[in-house]
Amino acid sequence: MQNVNNIYFDYQATTPVDPRVLEKMIPYFSDIYGNPHSRNHSFGWFAEEAVEVARENVAKIIGANPKEIIFTSGATESNNLAIKGLAEFYGDKKNHIITCVTEHKCVLESCRYLSEKKDFDITYLPVKPDGLIDLNVLESHISEKTLMVSIMGVHNEIGVIQPLKEIGKICRDKGVFFHSDCAQAIGKIELDVEEMNLDLMSISGHKIYAPKGVGALYIRRKPRVRISAIMSGGGQERGMRSGTLSPALCVGLGEACNIYSKEMKKENEKITKLKNRLLNGIRNSCSDIYLNGSETHRVPGNLNLSFAYIEGESLMMGIKNLAVSSGSACTSASLEPSYVLKALGVEEELAHTSLRIGLGRFTTENDVDSAVKQIVSEVKRLRSLSPLWEMAQEGVDLSKIKWASH
Amino acid sequence: MAYSKKLIDHYENPRNVGSMDKESKEVGTGLVGAPACGDVMKLQIKVNDSGIIEDAKFKTFGCGSAIASSSLITEWVKGKKIDQASEIKNTEIANHLALPPVKIHCSVLAEDAIKAAIADYKDKNKK
Repeated sequence: MQNVNNIYFDYQATTPVDPRVLEKMIPYFSDIYGNPHSRNHSFGWFAEEAVEVARENVAKIIGANPKEIIFTSGATESNNLAIKGLAEFYGDKKNHIITCVTEHKCVLESCRYLSEKKDFDITYLPVKPDGLIDLNVLESHISEKTLMVSIMGVHNEIGVIQPLKEIGKICRDKGVFFHSDCAQAIGKIELDVEEMNLDLMSISGHKIYAPKGVGALYIRRKPRVRISAIMSGGGQERGMRSGTLSPALCVGLGEACNIYSKEMKKENEKITKLKNRLLNGIRNSCSDIYLNGSETHRVPGNLNLSFAYIEGESLMMGIKNLAVSSGSACTSASLEPSYVLKALGVEEELAHTSLRIGLGRFTTENDVDSAVKQIVSEVKRLRSLSPLWEMAQEGVDLSKIKWASH
Repeated sequence: MAYSKKLIDHYENPRNVGSMDKESKEVGTGLVGAPACGDVMKLQIKVNDSGIIEDAKFKTFGCGSAIASSSLITEWVKGKKIDQASEIKNTEIANHLALPPVKIHCSVLAEDAIKAAIADYKDKNKK
């Protein structure tokens, strides 16, 4: 199955493996196949060496020590381990966690588990209309019972960048652990665990052109942060994450970080240009296109747009060879619009008209031009079908109409 | 989600898109749904002296299934007497377009829209 005519615009969902990453990985599937935890022969040593080089590469991109990195199966596991592991270890002393309503489901669900099963109190911070948290509100919720603050670096759905450095400072001053889900932040913004006072950070492979099935968790050593393992086993990864590592996957994650260490700036510049080309292209031909989330504090690869008066899924159907993601969750079993857009205060009618367009390393100008052409033509066609567009053009105030909800 | 050929055809080539004069006595207008729910259908019928629907037009804000459901119902009601048209059931629309379960409400909305349009016409032409 080949997606011959289709263009990929969903880099926040996942990324293809960079060919340079794949090349580094291949020997570790069949040639260098030792168990990296085998200490008594060269097969194990070679595999272990590769894993340790990968660990250094991961550490380097966030300014950490390699000993502070453990490999996991991905950011979901890292977030679970960070939140539940920390809660398990310190829970008898402090049982309050602060997170945010727009966090990824794996963070929210981990917190919910702790609240329901372990008697934790969870504070879900609201966000401002630009998608960022209010630092004063954060500070006001910290008490002597607060164990940790968990706030993601870059948002998966709307691409906004939270003020990690400022959050880290507040947490350090108050003696509270700071965890950040940085799955979407690695390679997109400069990250430094010292400057940001991060105690724990979750990292994902497949958002940064490494394979699916691998991630990492940074756990600070000075001052030491302790977590309880959530899986029992052979005590690999300093006892915090049992199970045999996959050297190929670790090498992939390491090389992906290595590439970003060298190329992040250049790549961000390229994607910024493409993003502007896309946004301006659409806006030059269509009115009433709204960008969700902060205009300024955002990564260039994420455009979450509301196309007023057109329902998002119908637009997706119309631009069928562009692989984008529906901001409204209408394609899934739920017909509710996105909880993230709701949290931003985006009105429900506008939330239903939203799409996330993700640009990345392999997006080209041709891709963008083709997308602009298709989106503009479908927006015009669907607006010609839309009673709301017609009413808006006639000057009817849609908010004044008494709609029959169903 | 794989949609049926019929549904995609109605989405890509919707029939009877447009608007008629909603002030006209011959025209009945149904506006159902709500923007906050993600679907709004406007369906209009033009009825002659014999009570036959001569023309039907629609505009829909909604997903592909909602657009297809409203396009289909305009085709079906044309040439029907208003009493016949009001007997169209949402299940017939859903079956014809092979709507997935999560999209059944789109066919319900189309049924509501035609009923609302007929009610509006009858209301305007009360003896």
